Amino acid sequence: MMRAFLVVFVKEIVDNLRDRRSLTVALLTALTMPLLILFLISFQIERFSDSDEQSVTLPVIGAGHAPNLMRYLESRNIEIVEGPADATAATEAVEAGDRDAVLLIPDDFGEQLADMIPATVALYSDQTNTAGNSEVGRVLDALYGYNQTLAAIRLSARGVNPTMLRPLNIDNIDVSTPSGRAAILLGMMSYIFLFALLLGGMYLTIDATAGERERGSLEPLLSLPVTRTHLMFGKIAATCVFMSFSLSLCLMSVFVSLKLVPLEQLGMTPNFSLDVVLAAFLLLVPFILAGAAWMTLFASFTKSYKEAQTWLGFVLLVPTLPILIVSILTPQPRFEFMFVPALSQHLILVDMISNEPVNGLHVAVSALSTLAVGAILTWVCVRLYQRESLLG
Amino acid sequence: MHGAQFRDAFLCRLLGADSVIRVEGIHKSFGEVHAVRGVSFDAPNGKITGLLGPNGAGKSTTMRILCTLLKPDLGTATIDGADVVTDSLAVRRRIGSLPHGSGLYPRLTARENIAYYARLCGLGQDVIEDRIDEIVQALEIGDFANRRAKEFSHGQRTKVALGRALVHDPQNLVLDEPTTGLDVMATRGLRDLIEKLKADGRCILFSSHVMQEVAALCDDICIIANGMVAIHGSVDEIRQRTGREDLEDAFVAALGMVETK
Repeated sequence: MMRAFLVVFVKEIVDNLRDRRSLTVALLTALTMPLLILFLISFQIERFSDSDEQSVTLPVIGAGHAPNLMRYLESRNIEIVEGPADATAATEAVEAGDRDAVLLIPDDFGEQLADMIPATVALYSDQTNTAGNSEVGRVLDALYGYNQTLAAIRLSARGVNPTMLRPLNIDNIDVSTPSGRAAILLGMMSYIFLFALLLGGMYLTIDATAGERERGSLEPLLSLPVTRTHLMFGKIAATCVFMSFSLSLCLMSVFVSLKLVPLEQLGMTPNFSLDVVLAAFLLLVPFILAGAAWMTLFASFTKSYKEAQTWLGFVLLVPTLPILIVSILTPQPRFEFMFVPALSQHLILVDMISNEPVNGLHVAVSALSTLAVGAILTWVCVRLYQRESLLG
Repeated sequence: MHGAQFRDAFLCRLLGADSVIRVEGIHKSFGEVHAVRGVSFDAPNGKITGLLGPNGAGKSTTMRILCTLLKPDLGTATIDGADVVTDSLAVRRRIGSLPHGSGLYPRLTARENIAYYARLCGLGQDVIEDRIDEIVQALEIGDFANRRAKEFSHGQRTKVALGRALVHDPQNLVLDEPTTGLDVMATRGLRDLIEKLKADGRCILFSSHVMQEVAALCDDICIIANGMVAIHGSVDEIRQRTGREDLEDAFVAALGMVETK
């Protein structure tokens, strides 16, 4: 009776390959998701390179009152241009978003400086304008730098060591490796793989269960001398093949997309070599069965194509929910998490991509527990298929 | 397995076992609805037995019990001696079913639809093509055998579905309102086919809610109403027992007999 299982399996594959809808969904998810990553990363790169290399243009009112300051700012790659007429005009320009920041130097700046009174300069900026924040930050940094320099000069002139003004030497050391930073952005890739995986098999599942019932082809099928267990196994196996296909396509298109993005510019060296692509595929294989059985479970409950589709969002959300919850709480892989399908794959995948060592025990626990969940769900599907009310 | 089917069918014909579908006092409820309440009848080989009754009388439920899709709450049903509950796989091996609506796969061609069932029934790859050719010829569906079922007319679909039900050469056929929605010519073609299958010595159970159709085709008629058998016999017997010459009047009178039971 092994043959009946194979017959159902082959028929579902052939039948669904002829279904434009299920193929389109599988192809579109696999191909558009990586494009989304591509777009997001490129956007990051643009912002990143913007802030460091290009010079900032700063309109200054009363630049003539502080020629030394202007020279200092220019040395910090800040280009000084003629500012608006007065403070009111400056406020308006910043408010309107015409300018990110305007520096105002009062007429008595030079006198105050000479008299050792704290000399006032005003920097007009709009905190809610996030695009200009990095430029304002750089101007502020430069102003603080000038402040320090002047203070040091004054102290030296009086024979005081300027380092007295620095009781603390704050060394801000960023221990995140470049690829670790990449992992934050690339962490969402596992979402994309899981979605591509589930969506790839979605329409076949619905067609093979709810669709079969709706078309009225289920009744004659169940009247054949074949056990329902074989029918169910064949259908789930066909779903698994579609899911694997969709996953491989998605992995390959991410692989190609990442080649097109100059990630080094972001200080990122994510590891997405062919080895990792293959390892990611193998890592996700146990999840294919769990996902296929999970979707079949829902599709067998529903009476029609439409009803099955209304559950689609929920069915996609549930497996990815643990990832969302845990990534808000703590991103570190923990042993207990390895028992949770989807979540365990996500955590291991992030490690792999960010070049961290992967714990073999974690991989084994993840694979075994996910397979176990898949087997239990398959068993539930088979049980559901024995119900009399199946025919509706 | 296929050999076993042929042997069974052969033995049945050889021994002249005349009662192959036997239903004894079956009951079936769906929640509050008591759909079938003690239906009993026999359907012999080489005859067409008609299950006649208004919509909702319990015909489909009875047929689904025979196809092992539903389990009776009470009573037994056997096909060639195999019990529908305890020996369901053997029952399904001996039965070909044509349920309400054809239930073809729209993206498969007629041949592929038939071949799918042939493979599921365990026919060897070497005999499948010959068997399909045989069916295509017998059912005269050659014109559209290689077209996808999506484009078929209702009559074409019914024919292909019948061919599909015949693929494992079942001794018994259960046809649930096969002529519903068919035009005159298609109905006539289907009727001829059923006659041919009867001539092969098969046991055919045919349900309908149209008295004239059952009278024209069936040797025995079992009128069902409210989940009970009102009357069972040949057309003439029914005329005699109801005392009505007109078939429709006889049908109505038979339904009345259930009400007074």
